[in-house]
Amino acid sequence: MHDSGNDHSRPSVQNWQTDFDHQHPDYAAAAPTIWEQIRTSGCPIAHSERYGGTWLPTSHDDVAAISKDYEHFSSQGVVVTEYRPDIPAPMGYAPPITSDPPFHQIARSILLKFFSPRAIDGWEPVARDTCRRLIADIQGRIAVGDDVIDCAQSYSQHIPVMIMADMLGLPREDGDLFRRFIHNIMEQGGGGEELPYEDTIDFYLDSHVAARRANLGEDLISYLCQAEIEGMALLDEHVRGTIALLIIAGIDTTWSAIGASMWHMAQHPDHRARWINEPDVQPFALEEFLRFYAPVTMARLLAKDIEFEGCPMKAGEWTLLPFPAANRDPAFFDRADEFVMDRARNRHAAFGLGIHRCIGSNLARMELRVAMEEWMQAFPEFELADPDAVTWSTGQVRGPRQLPMRFPA
Amino acid sequence: MKIKYDRSACQGHNRCYMLAPELFDTDDEGYAVLLVEGDVPADLEEKARLAADNCPEFAIEIEE
Repeated sequence: MHDSGNDHSRPSVQNWQTDFDHQHPDYAAAAPTIWEQIRTSGCPIAHSERYGGTWLPTSHDDVAAISKDYEHFSSQGVVVTEYRPDIPAPMGYAPPITSDPPFHQIARSILLKFFSPRAIDGWEPVARDTCRRLIADIQGRIAVGDDVIDCAQSYSQHIPVMIMADMLGLPREDGDLFRRFIHNIMEQGGGGEELPYEDTIDFYLDSHVAARRANLGEDLISYLCQAEIEGMALLDEHVRGTIALLIIAGIDTTWSAIGASMWHMAQHPDHRARWINEPDVQPFALEEFLRFYAPVTMARLLAKDIEFEGCPMKAGEWTLLPFPAANRDPAFFDRADEFVMDRARNRHAAFGLGIHRCIGSNLARMELRVAMEEWMQAFPEFELADPDAVTWSTGQVRGPRQLPMRFPA
Repeated sequence: MKIKYDRSACQGHNRCYMLAPELFDTDDEGYAVLLVEGDVPADLEEKARLAADNCPEFAIEIEE
């Protein structure tokens, strides 16, 4: 999913209605156009034989309905791969995202209070300090004559990594390691090339969890080590899977949202000016970034056959949940294809819909807000150094991975 | 104007709390808590509409 934009080995797609491939570089480059094509084709739910059978709904109503039907659409698998996940429900590999009811709500409740708006407020100074330090580094490079800076690599990607490391009580320096784990899991789904255990996220987390059990602190890993379900400590696999989830789901996604927002602002001087001159518009602009550039497409695994809107969906097939496509559905949003900076009615689905609403949404939103506030204050003027050099990740998390910017003197 | 809030539809997106903190709080798990009983004060009607119009789960309705 991440950086697979370089993967030109995938068979080319002849027809997006019957053979789509969300991991193909052509999809990353033109996803909104493809959704529109499918939505207006007369059959708004595309199908592909790839990955053992995959469906792609494109309307808001269909994405919402599937999100809420956990009887047929199981969360046991949330990343589309060639193989099927072998960790049994109800827990799945990474609870609660891979869990179905009723276990899902139990696993989710354990985490919710860490991610409530008030709990996240406490992390805002850390986020702001992180952003300021990254900006100071960039200003230092500009001062010594560096005229093009990759802002995905130098800014947007670091913010969620550092805060997640702090929340978990893991070293910030392990950020590169986190990104490698994410890459392995998203690209290989854990079922491609077998990695030696010592190179896996499971090994990394098992070692940290064991160390933490012996020396508890105030961080989220320590909390999970002490959490209980009906008087029983969580299974080791549960603790490990939940931490893996926070690392995997909390980093690429927010990185993508921040990067896409910066990409947008680089090309819209009028929106930059309005951001600065009309601070009241900022909360609406942030939600519009999330609607227009929603990074995350989820997936579900068909638990049983269902005829959904006339489509014969079979147990064992995948369904993608392209929240970004739902966010551009003209039947649900006025001027769906336009970025409306002060959009007042914006029921976007960037964080999903239904019981699996992104548990980190308050954290992600805070990071996006602080990253944009600090950036716009430091750099009211900036532009893409080379629009063609911007590359977008493919697969289920979409955002710019290279973002070279230039800063007028 | 009255606000009808459906706790069973709420998934804790917290859009209402961000847009209208005078009308909505959140509980420890991040689900919305409606703060007003009965009529919405006139100066908060606009905010009440915003909260309803931005709930992704349609958990908030306005009755006028």
